[in-house]
This record gives sequence, structure tokens and C-alpha cells, in this order.
Amino acid sequence: MIALAIAKRILLQLRYDHRTLALILFAPLLILTLIYFILNSDTQDIPIGVINAPLNFVEGIYENNGRPLYMREDEAIAAIEKGEITAAVRIDNGKTTVYLDGSDSLTATKAQAILRSAAVSSPATLRPDLAGETVYLYGSADLEQFDNFGSAMIGLILFFLVFLIAGINMLGERTTGTLTRMLTAPVKRWEIVLGYTLGFGMLTLVQAVILSVYIIYVLHLFMVGSLWLVMLIILLSSLSAMTMGMLLSAAANGEFQFVQFIPIVIIPQMFFSGIFQLSEGWDMAGYCMPVRYIADALTEVMLRGGGIADVKLELAVLAGFSLVFLLLNVRLLKKQRAL
Amino acid sequence: MPEISGSHIAIRGIHKSFGSLEALKGIDMDIRPGIIYGLLGPSGCGKTTLINIMAGILDASAGEVRIGDKKMPYLEAMNHIGYMAQSDALYRLLSGRENLRFFGRLYRMKRPLLEERIAQVAGLLELSDALDRRTGEYSGGMKRRLSLAAALLHDPDVLLLDEPTVGIDPLLRQSIWEELRRLADMGKNIFVTTHVMDEAERCDELSLMRAGRLVACGTPENVKRNAQAKDMNEAFIRYSKGGGDA
Repeated sequence: MIALAIAKRILLQLRYDHRTLALILFAPLLILTLIYFILNSDTQDIPIGVINAPLNFVEGIYENNGRPLYMREDEAIAAIEKGEITAAVRIDNGKTTVYLDGSDSLTATKAQAILRSAAVSSPATLRPDLAGETVYLYGSADLEQFDNFGSAMIGLILFFLVFLIAGINMLGERTTGTLTRMLTAPVKRWEIVLGYTLGFGMLTLVQAVILSVYIIYVLHLFMVGSLWLVMLIILLSSLSAMTMGMLLSAAANGEFQFVQFIPIVIIPQMFFSGIFQLSEGWDMAGYCMPVRYIADALTEVMLRGGGIADVKLELAVLAGFSLVFLLLNVRLLKKQRAL
Repeated sequence: MPEISGSHIAIRGIHKSFGSLEALKGIDMDIRPGIIYGLLGPSGCGKTTLINIMAGILDASAGEVRIGDKKMPYLEAMNHIGYMAQSDALYRLLSGRENLRFFGRLYRMKRPLLEERIAQVAGLLELSDALDRRTGEYSGGMKRRLSLAAALLHDPDVLLLDEPTVGIDPLLRQSIWEELRRLADMGKNIFVTTHVMDEAERCDELSLMRAGRLVACGTPENVKRNAQAKDMNEAFIRYSKGGGDA
């Protein structure tokens, strides 16, 4: 099968290109580690008031870098008002109520993450049919602009790296003439695009595994959802980035020109990925960009523990982006060969 | 593989424009199997444009190319064409052997046959010892030879070679021409572009191209005789000045 031969060749090339391989596999780990330290610079213990909660939940707080402090409800509210604690939790008959000081969004986000992780570690004590309630004593949910910072960054970094590497690889084929050479063989255009998809798909699969395992088992951070689902999201993200990179490589006359797409394609996606709080109209603009869906899906799964049903829209949109880009790529090769 | 009936190449009224630039202005040619056909002309005259249209990777603005009874581009016919571009289309990070394996797979060659052919063409082009080195480390001449090896790999009936001997030393050039001669004697159809006048003398038939037009066609002897020139250089200059036909 020709697509397989092309995929094999791409992987062989990458195997010899140690720098690129290291970039695509390990650079995301480096950047994530940095983000981890920025977001956790003062975390050692976040004091959390416990009004009423089962023992294993309290242990969960402790294990997730929180410092549980037992107090009465009025004491807890007073402590939050004085700024001594950021959050207090009360669990009655499986229903969770969280009192939160949302004015320091970074600490509030961490406190919430700790509580969510604690909830995961004591599933039996919570009733999933009862929605938890968060009472903001200060600030509001709107202030949580850094809430999905980490997951949005993962999405953005991944998208950027895969976009760059797949795009430049394809560009190399165009400029060195190997693409033309392939097309003088009895190879169908879709076979070339499929070959690229398989090759980079396998690479991103490895990347997805490394990244997910690192996030969950090394950083122990912002992860409540399913590992498999995170991998699936990462895979679809990479696919959309790869196909978009291939597509734009046709519009560049050399590697430097391809790099010029970064401020046009990557940076705007960063602004619209949900990291920044934007007015409603501008916020909507993000929904025509893949990174927004990647960030949303990762946030949903990693921070809120969402299942596949919660992210099916995002997954469908990412798959849709990839499919459209793939078809455009096949079409675009017509410029090289009419057949 | 279904055979294409014969490998006679018929080029009829080919025009090609790139925007306002008219690269080819009506080319007609017939290339019979069993000979080496040369297309001689200075760089920029349209040789590569024509060879790319023949290979099916460029669309003519008007006119058609038929190989056998198939109008190009035709996917099945591509199985029978060996194409060598002017620039070495090789993967720099891969070894010569890995490059050849990849190109062979594009023609759906099976493993044992492929390995056998790789050994054969590498031997022919004196690349056997360099096969396991990265092509990024190859000299210019070695890259040309590997490109030629890739074009010969699947034993095509038609060879389209764009300046195959640039940067190759005279001794090896001699042996490449001998090999082309051998392939032509086997009934293959060999089309070679060149801007080196003395190489033109080695062709059985040739066309002189200038600014997108053929200015002369025929055997090297005829071309020279008609121009009353003692060598190909002189003939080329005469035809170019006159702009006339042979």
C-alpha cells in the first residue's frame, strides 16, 4: 500500500532527524513543566476550610496539596472574609457546597482543582445525581480567567508544534521536488495525503501518550478526567494541526515564508483560545479556530472530569476541521498534477 | 499491469503559458521507441516545461501528449515512465538505499524484485559502496546518479531524463550514455534534454529548441548539414539567428 510506504518514509526521516523528533516529543513537556511551576509557585498548601466532609474526602484534600482545617460554617465564612482561607467545603448527604473567594482567581482555581481531585479520590461519598454548588463570597465565576490556562496552553503548544513540523516537512517535499517526483509515479493524490496523515498520526499518537502520562503521573496536575479521552483529544488536535500545516505549506515559498504564518495563524488562535477574557463578540471569533475547541475539550476533561459525552461537540468539530483540511489538501495537489 | 500499446510518444500542438509568459509556442514531436531522442537548447528555453508536460505533472495550455494510445496524464501509463528531474528530488536524511526503496514502493514493486533491482542499478551507476550513506552527504554527481537510478528502478519503457549528466565526470558520463544506448537497443524510448552540444551528437534524433519553439529537428548529421555547420554549436547559432526551419 502506497500510503503506508509514504508513512514509513516520513517516520524514517524523523528518526534520523533527532532535533525535530526531540522538539515534537519533549518540547511540550518542557513548556508544561514551566507552566506547572508558574501556576504552583506558592502552592505547597492551600488552606481549605472543612465544615463537614467524609474522612476520605479530607484525606483527598491533603493528598492534593491542600491543608484541611476543620471549622464551623460561620467560622469558615469569617475566615474567607479575612482572607485566611480561599475556600470552604461542606458535604451533606452527598451534596457538595463550596464557599469560595473568587477574587484571587489563581488561588481560587487551585482550591477548586484540589476539591475536584479530592472528590475523585472519594467517589463513594458523593452522589453524582446531585449537582455541586459553589457560593462565591467574593468575585464570581467570570473571574476565573486562568481557570483553563494550563489546558489551553497544552492545546496551543501541541497545535503549534505539529503545525510547524508537518507544514515544513510538506514544504520540503514541494521545494526539493520530491512531491513532483512522487506524482510522476502512479500514485493517487489522496494516497499521498493519507500517507502523511498516517505518518504524522503515528508520531502524534506517541506524543499523545508521552504527554498524557507526563501530565498525570509526573506533574500530578490539573487532571480529573479520563486518560484515554485526553489522548483522543490530543490526537485529533494534532490531526487538525497537521492537515492545516500541509495546506498552508502550499502558500509558502520556502521555510522562512512558512514561519511567517506563525503570527497570522498561531498567535490569533492563542488570543481566542479562551486564555483571555474577551467581550462576547470577540469571544465568538474563537469558535472558527481549532485551538478553541482543543482548549475547551481539554479543560472539560482535565479540570472538570467531563466524559466523552461532554466533549463530543468539540471532538466532532476537530474531526470536521481535519476532514475539510484533508480534502482541501487532496484538491490542492491538483496544482501539481491534474490527475 | 495492463500494457500500454507501444511507447511511441506523440506530442501535438503543445502550448504552455505561465501568466503572460509563453513558455512553449506550439510543439510537435514524434518519438519512436528504440532510439535516444535529444532535446537541445539553452536553459530557460522551455525544455523542462515540455518534459514535465510529457511526464503528466504539468498541464499544457493547449495540445496533447500521447504515450502509446493514452493521453497524458494517465495513471496507468505512469507505471511505464521513468522520470528524472533537473533538481535532485531526493530525501537528504535517508540513505541512497532507503531513497530507492521508497521510490520503488511507489511503483508497487515487491520486496525481492526491488532489492534485486536496487543492486543492479546501483552497480550500473557505480553507487554500490555509497548506498548506505545519507544522500545529504553525496556529491552533486552522486545525487544525479542516484536520481537516474531511481528513474531506472522499475524498468520503464519510457525514460524522460532532464539533463541527466550534469555534474557527472566524463568517464561515468560515457558509461551512462552506453547504458542509455543499451536500453534504447532493447526497444525503450529514451528522451533526454541537454544544453551540452557534444552530448547532442550521441542522440539518434534531436530537436533544437529556442524560446519555446523548435528551430530544427532530425538526426544530428542532418541538423548540422542543413545549417552547413561543422559542429552542433555552430548549427545552433545559425538556426537561432535565422529563426527558420530545417
